[in-house]
Parts: sequence; structure tokens; C-alpha cells
Amino acid sequence: MTTEILIAGFGGQGVLFAGKFLAYKGLIENKQVSWLPSYGPEMRGGTANCSVILSDEPVGSPIVSKPYILMAMNLPSLDKYEKDVLPGGLIFVDSTLIERKVTRSDVKVFYIPSTALAAEIGAPTLANMIMTGKVIKECDGISSENLEAALGKVVSARHADLKDINLKALQTGMDYAG
Amino acid sequence: MSEKVLMKGNEAIAEAAIRAGCRHYFGYPITPQTELAAYMSKRMPKIGGVFLQAESEISAINMVYGVAGSGKRVMTSSSSPGVSLKQEGISYIAGSDLPALIVNVQRGGPGLGGIQPSQSDYFQATKGGGHGDYHLIVLTPASVQEMADLTSLAFDLADKYRVPAMLLADGTTGQMMEPVELPEEKTVSVDKPWAVTGTGMKRKHNIINSLYLQPDELEKMNFERFERYKLIEENEVRYESYLTEDADIVVVAFGIAARVSKNAVNEARRQGIKAGLVRPITVWPFPKKALADLSKTAKGFISVELSMGQMIDDVRLAINCSRPVALCNRAGGMIPSPDEVLDSIKKMQEGI
Amino acid sequence: MVVFEKPKSLTDAEFHYCPGCTHGIIHRLVAEAIDSLGIEGRTIGVAPVGCAVMAYNYFSCDMVEAAHGRAPAVATGLKRSMPENIIFTYQGDGDLASIGMAETVHAATRNENITIIFVNNAIYGMTGGQMAPTSLPGQVTQTSPYGRDVKVAGYPIRVCELLSGLEAPEFITRVAVNNVKNVKAAGKAIKKAFQNQIDGKGFSLVEVVSSCPTNWGMTPQKALQWVDEKMIPYYPLGVYRDKSAEVTE
Repeated sequence: MTTEILIAGFGGQGVLFAGKFLAYKGLIENKQVSWLPSYGPEMRGGTANCSVILSDEPVGSPIVSKPYILMAMNLPSLDKYEKDVLPGGLIFVDSTLIERKVTRSDVKVFYIPSTALAAEIGAPTLANMIMTGKVIKECDGISSENLEAALGKVVSARHADLKDINLKALQTGMDYAG
Repeated sequence: MSEKVLMKGNEAIAEAAIRAGCRHYFGYPITPQTELAAYMSKRMPKIGGVFLQAESEISAINMVYGVAGSGKRVMTSSSSPGVSLKQEGISYIAGSDLPALIVNVQRGGPGLGGIQPSQSDYFQATKGGGHGDYHLIVLTPASVQEMADLTSLAFDLADKYRVPAMLLADGTTGQMMEPVELPEEKTVSVDKPWAVTGTGMKRKHNIINSLYLQPDELEKMNFERFERYKLIEENEVRYESYLTEDADIVVVAFGIAARVSKNAVNEARRQGIKAGLVRPITVWPFPKKALADLSKTAKGFISVELSMGQMIDDVRLAINCSRPVALCNRAGGMIPSPDEVLDSIKKMQEGI
Repeated sequence: MVVFEKPKSLTDAEFHYCPGCTHGIIHRLVAEAIDSLGIEGRTIGVAPVGCAVMAYNYFSCDMVEAAHGRAPAVATGLKRSMPENIIFTYQGDGDLASIGMAETVHAATRNENITIIFVNNAIYGMTGGQMAPTSLPGQVTQTSPYGRDVKVAGYPIRVCELLSGLEAPEFITRVAVNNVKNVKAAGKAIKKAFQNQIDGKGFSLVEVVSSCPTNWGMTPQKALQWVDEKMIPYYPLGVYRDKSAEVTE
């Protein structure tokens, strides 16, 4: 089984971080994984995206052009990638920042006001992890295990105190019934 | 064996170089290889190594030349425009028969070009690049694991043959993260009696030099060097063959293009087309014989490249133009999708 | 009894330099410094592209031939990989002050612990007498046949003055070899530039105002006179930077 994920948003929304978290989680679970960021000036405030592939077989191309999962953290990302999602795929929309609805009817859509929820739980920069929590909850291919272990890999030792708030954000996403 | 870690390709090169005994790095900032220099700047001071940000690519490669002359393992890294600047120094290093590692994390060109992945420095890397008759040993990693493994191999081959080696990567393999099992730290002791380390008043002076004003002497140096190149061509060709045994259509691709192509080959097989893939791991020396052998059974070849078509010349030469060779390419930082490669395979299938 | 012999750190190879050229004197001064400091066995010289391109045949220590202008970068690599060795470059004006200016300035500003012997004869000798970055205003050369026009070609670069604008370098001095007194002073300066490196003090550059009778189109005597009358007034001799002297004062 192979799960191809595309995470897209503004630079600074933690798009790459969320991808790294999922990749590390996959690695801990003995999956084949790849993580490929967009890079260059666009990282600094423009649009940023990253491709994450979790698979039971060796990963071929690390570029996700037809995602099974799209995490759209802003409107330009939804506009750009909605059409690319595989039929039957999942689209996760930050409904605080994206007012429009997904127009396709052959995909499953989840609207999560993650930016607002993030502010509510006192972690305004962690909308990415709330979205990720929801992805974990809804995607059969991604277990809800090893969250702490994976966070331990992506949160540097220097910022170990941030692990709890990240866990809380993940949990908030997993608990969100929308 | 060490535990698998997730690492960026650029960082895997740096760590593998350190584990291969490289303690000297010189570079100049350029996207998309900056993580490599950043990694070195962090690690080298802690292990008694040297990291120096040079004033230019030209200076960086000449610092490499100096260290290489002293017989120590040394490297530099850059991306396409910066590697163009290094060509003078690379020619001197080749002409002085010094081992060194040059990493090119390629981006689109020509000129300032772009910063997205490319393979359009293939000619520059495999045909010489600078002035004069020479070759580099050119290795092309297609995964983060290979970024590490081939770095280690490149140092060994460079020392073995006294030929500079190049790791020809691209923005994708440099930027992506994958699990990697890093090679064990090794202590290398290669006898380098030619190195300039001070005579100690015990021997005649050594001279590191590429100047031979007598044409017959210079010719002799070139002949001798090409004898060594012949040995490399005989012994060091590396490639991966995937589903080629019964293949009607053989896709040839290296680096990131090979990964995309592998997906396409798998899909073609699912659709009943006998496709296969040859992935050169060394592009100099090029796997000529492997392709020539396949040309006896395969009906056509497709060169998949992130360039306007450079390796395709080597494919045609390898099979002596005995089969049609098509080009499936994107340029300027674009990457062909597996579908594009698949279309190319189908088109050839219809034609043969 | 006066015994005159060749310094040990020169080989037996015959110099290829033109009659009256001062490279021979400067080679000798460098070799004498190496001999008197007893460092030949751990010294590595870097030869330039220019008239001294074959200096690697003349010094008996280990030698490296650098690309045009790149000697300070090559020396940086050598010194960084072998801090206990003594590394010197021997460069001309085109090599050091034109094509290699970036390498020169940056080696200086890093206070790279190397010794640079900079031979300024205001012309490209090996290629047959073209205008150099240090050719004087009005100086006739193959590529300034009507005399160096500063409006077109700009002004000559005073390397010592330029480098002493930097914070880092240890020792920068300008000497000449046009008479016995100056040769003696040049010898002392060169020795000090090596001693500084042995003491770990850092970047030491000795500019040697020199002559090129062949390409200047003069007799050797006339050329030395021209050094005195034209070169030295534009390139004043003296110490431009000496950090250790500053400390002791």
C-alpha cells in the first residue's frame, strides 16, 4: 500500500514540519518514506508545499503529482491542487482561511477550522498539526500510534518543551468531528 | 550497521564524506546545495576538520587543489553556475592527477537559470567541462542512500586512480529526505608518495603541476592518463538493470529521472508492455556494453532526461544507432511525470 | 676567506630568466631566508603563472604550480591541511593584483598564516610585455602603445596601501632590489615574513619593486635607474603594516 500526501500552504504555516512528522512516523513504523519540499525564495512567505510518500514498497518518484491526500492550508493551494487529487482521495481544508467549498464530488472532503482551533488551544502556530491530527484520524493507511516518538524526532531537543503542545494540537485535530 | 535516519540528500553527502575521512571542505553559497555547506560548517570544527567559506567558487576549488596536493581527502560542492566557475580548477586538478570530490547539485540553466532540479550539466560533467583532454569519474545518485554510498565510493575511486570524482546530483535528490543507513566511519590510509608534505630533507622535492612546455612530454602525460581512464572504463562501470531481460523497450535514465521512469516502467508492465530500465550509476564511465548487449534483444530505447537531450548521444553511441532512440525530456527545472514517460513508452511500442 | 655559494634550498637547475632580470636575486633572497631559518624540509612553495611559472624547478622544497592568480587560495588549502608546514607563494603583478586580486584580498583579510612574495615589475613579462595593473601612468607597453592612459585604463594599483586598509594582515612591506642596500633590506623583510609564519602571526606580504629590462626595452643598468626614478616614487618603500611592532611600541 502506498499513500501519497501533498501538504500545501503559505511559508511559515509549518507545511514542511507537518510533512517531516508524517515521514518520521512512517520511518518508525518501518515504512518506506520520502519527503520532498518545494524550495527557494517561495519558502519565505510565498506558497510552500511538500510531498510525502508512505509505502510498503520502495518509493519510486518522490514527487507527488496525484495525491491521495491533500492538506490545503490556504486558498491558492486548494485552487492549485484540487484537480490533482486522485478520485476517491481525501482533501483536508483549513476552513478558517479558505471560505470556498471543494467543487469536486469524487473526493471526500473534511473542513477543519484549524487556524481558529489552534488559537483556541493557545497554540496559534500549530494549525498544521491540528490538520495532521485530522488526517491521522481519517486516513486508514496512517495509524494513530507513535505520535510521541515521531514528535521526538522532529522537535529538536532544545525545544523539547514544545512536544506537549504539539501532541495537544494533534489530539485536537483527531477529536474534531467535522 | 547503524540505525536508519531521515536525512536530506545534501546532508547525507556531508555526513558520508566525513565518515569517509574527509576533513576539508571549501565552498561558496548557492541554492540548492546550501544544506551541505551548513552541515559541514557545524560538524567540521567539532572533529578537528576545516570548513572554509571561500570568497568565490574559483577560490574554493583552488583551496581544494591545495589540500588535494597535500594528499588529504578534500571536497567542494556547488550547483550548476558555481560548478561552471570551478571548471578551471577542475582542469588543473585533473591535469595534476590529484584525487578530490566535486559535488554538483544541479539546477536549471543556462546562465543564472533557475533553482529547480535539472540534469543539464551532463555534457559538462562527462565530457570534460574545463579545457584539455580529461575525464572525471562521475557518479549519479538516485536516492538519499546513494547520496551517502556514492560519496564514500567517489573518494575511494578518486584515490585509487588519482582522478577527481564528481557526484552529479540534482535539486530533488539534494533536497529530499529519505531513510538512510550511513556508512561506518572508516580510517583511510592510501599511500600518496607524490604528495607535497615537505621533503623532510629526506627525498627530492615533489612537484604538483600540470605544465609541460615540451609537447612530447605533455603528450606522454595525456597518453598515460588515458591508460588509467581505460582501466576505469574496464573496471568501474556501475548501473542498475530493472526488468530488462525480456524488454522490448529499454528506458535509460539516471538520478531523479530514473525514479520517475521506474514508476512508468512498472505501469507499462501492468498494461502488458515489456518495458525495462537501465539506470547508469556511473555516467562516466558510461555503461556502454550493457546497452550494446541489450540492443540485441530490445527493439527501442528511450532516454529520459531533465535536459534538452544530452545523455541520449551516449545511448546512441553505445548501441551504435542500431535501434531507434527516443527522447523523453523536460528542462529548466521541470521534471517529467511517470505519465509522460509512460506515454513515451506507449508511443515507441506503437512504432516498433 | 669569503665563500660564495648557492643557497641549499635552490636546486641546480639553471634559471630561465632574461639577463638583468631581478627574479634571480629575489629567488636567492627567498632561498637564503629558508636556509637561515632551517625550514626547507617543511616548506612548500606555490608558483604563479607569469615569468616565475617554473619556480617549482628552482626551489628544492616541495612545490605546487597554481593557476593564474590562485596561489593564495592554493596556499590556503595547503596551510589549512598542514598547519605545521611553511607555505609561501611567489607571484607577479598580473597574477596577484589583477586576475588574483580577490584571492589576495581575502587571504589577507583572513590573516591566513602564509608568506607572499609579490614581485612588482609593472609589466606582464612572460606574455611579452603587456600593460599590468601596476604599469605606471604613461608607461608604454605592448597593449598601451601610446602610454598608459589613466582615463581609459585606470590608475596603477598600490597593493601594500590597499591591503593595509584591512584590519587583519600581520605584515605588509614594500622593498626593492635595485641596489645593494635595498637588496639587503629586502632580504631582511623576506626573512621576517617567513619568521612571522613560523611564529603563527599570520598574513605576511613582501612587495618587491623589481625591473624588467627586456620588456621595458632598457639595459639592465638603465632599468635599475628607472626603478629608482619612476617606480619607487609611485611605490614608496617602507613598512605599511607590522602588527608585532605596533604591540612593542
